[in-house]
Amino acid sequence: MNDIALTDIIRNLVDGAMWTVGLSLTAFVLGGIAGLCVLFARIARHALPRRLAKGYIEVFQGTPLLMQLFIIFFGGGLIGLEIPPWLAAALGLTLFTSAYLGEIWRGCVEAIPKGQWEASASLAMTHLEQMRYVILPQALRIAIAPTVGFSVQVVKGTAVTSIIGFVEMTKTGSMLANATFQPFLVFGLVALGYFALCYPLSAYSRVLERKIHGSRAH
Amino acid sequence: MAYAFDFSSVLEYRDILLAGTGRTLLLTGIGAVAGLALGIVGAVCRAWKLAPFDRLFAVYVEFIRNTPFLVQLFFIFFGLPSLGIQLDEWQAAIIAVVINLGAYTTEIVRAGVEATPRGQIEAAQSLAMTRPQIFRHIVLPPALAKVWPAVCSQVVIVMLGTSVCSQIAAEELTFAANFIQSRNFRAFETYFAVTAIYFLLALFVRNALAYAGMQLLGRRTK
Repeated sequence: MNDIALTDIIRNLVDGAMWTVGLSLTAFVLGGIAGLCVLFARIARHALPRRLAKGYIEVFQGTPLLMQLFIIFFGGGLIGLEIPPWLAAALGLTLFTSAYLGEIWRGCVEAIPKGQWEASASLAMTHLEQMRYVILPQALRIAIAPTVGFSVQVVKGTAVTSIIGFVEMTKTGSMLANATFQPFLVFGLVALGYFALCYPLSAYSRVLERKIHGSRAH
Repeated sequence: MAYAFDFSSVLEYRDILLAGTGRTLLLTGIGAVAGLALGIVGAVCRAWKLAPFDRLFAVYVEFIRNTPFLVQLFFIFFGLPSLGIQLDEWQAAIIAVVINLGAYTTEIVRAGVEATPRGQIEAAQSLAMTRPQIFRHIVLPPALAKVWPAVCSQVVIVMLGTSVCSQIAAEELTFAANFIQSRNFRAFETYFAVTAIYFLLALFVRNALAYAGMQLLGRRTK
């Protein structure tokens, strides 16, 4: 069965890569929105939301992504919902992303000097106004580099969703390797595909980081 | 009809769970020691620009950090036999973990090595210490101490990542979970219990590494 041409392999892998990109974007955008909620809970004035957010982050950072996906995939059946692989993949990666982004952004917000909070409080701003007009605009500047850096983890995380049956680049690769008996070639191409997606993000994140450190020195 | 949770059907398989937990820990332990050693070698080559190894390590680090662990594992286990390198599932899993962790620790330890004040190296040179001596006694201990928290986090991330080794039939904790749920048909309870075990393992590994760091590197680690 070696009659599958190289061009066919590549075309199929590119199709798979589209699903990898789509899933990454979905998880990153939805995870970003959810991560903002986690951030607000994590730095809330009341202890309860703070503790809940801390527990949420610890659970998602302290357990394997694969287990999170399995629990969503099989847990849905318990409450009578048939969860297809793509939905379990999107939901699992969104929750995973929100926990990490919430924690990264908390670090950025806490890096803003205390005086900024005090000054804005003395202008009679509410907590939300302080966040909206004083803290977040400054935190955003230092948050961009680590956020772009984390997007690489999201893209790589999508590979794990192949295990619950979502057909993205890795799953496509597994199927092609079985059909062509050329695992070295196919998985080599899959690895190159991920590298092509992730390396620009890593490199861009480093450029952004250097920019910020450069401007701080002045 | 409400679903009745039944965790006792998971407990029946506690021997398998225990064995899987042990193997996950063993895989992580071997990977952490060998991966850190590889990372230290890589860090010296990168920080002290030892040609041609600095370039080689730079390429290696970029390639590993920008591809998923699962794909690295598949490439080693399914791909390498084409080159005549036959590995069983444990050899492949261990090699994949070491290579993966080695890339991350190269970058982490390099940051520590580069933070060494020049004066300390000059002082050591004036005492006629050789380069290996300087590295072993002057540069490495404080460098490791500085970056130890980052090393601990990375080992925990790798430990959680080993769950995908179940896909090449390495019988670690996730493999145990898959096996148990195929027997008792209690997928949710099984995965929930195993997720809890991973959570405890992550806590354990983090604390054990912090303790080991304190013992080996002394008061320098925070």
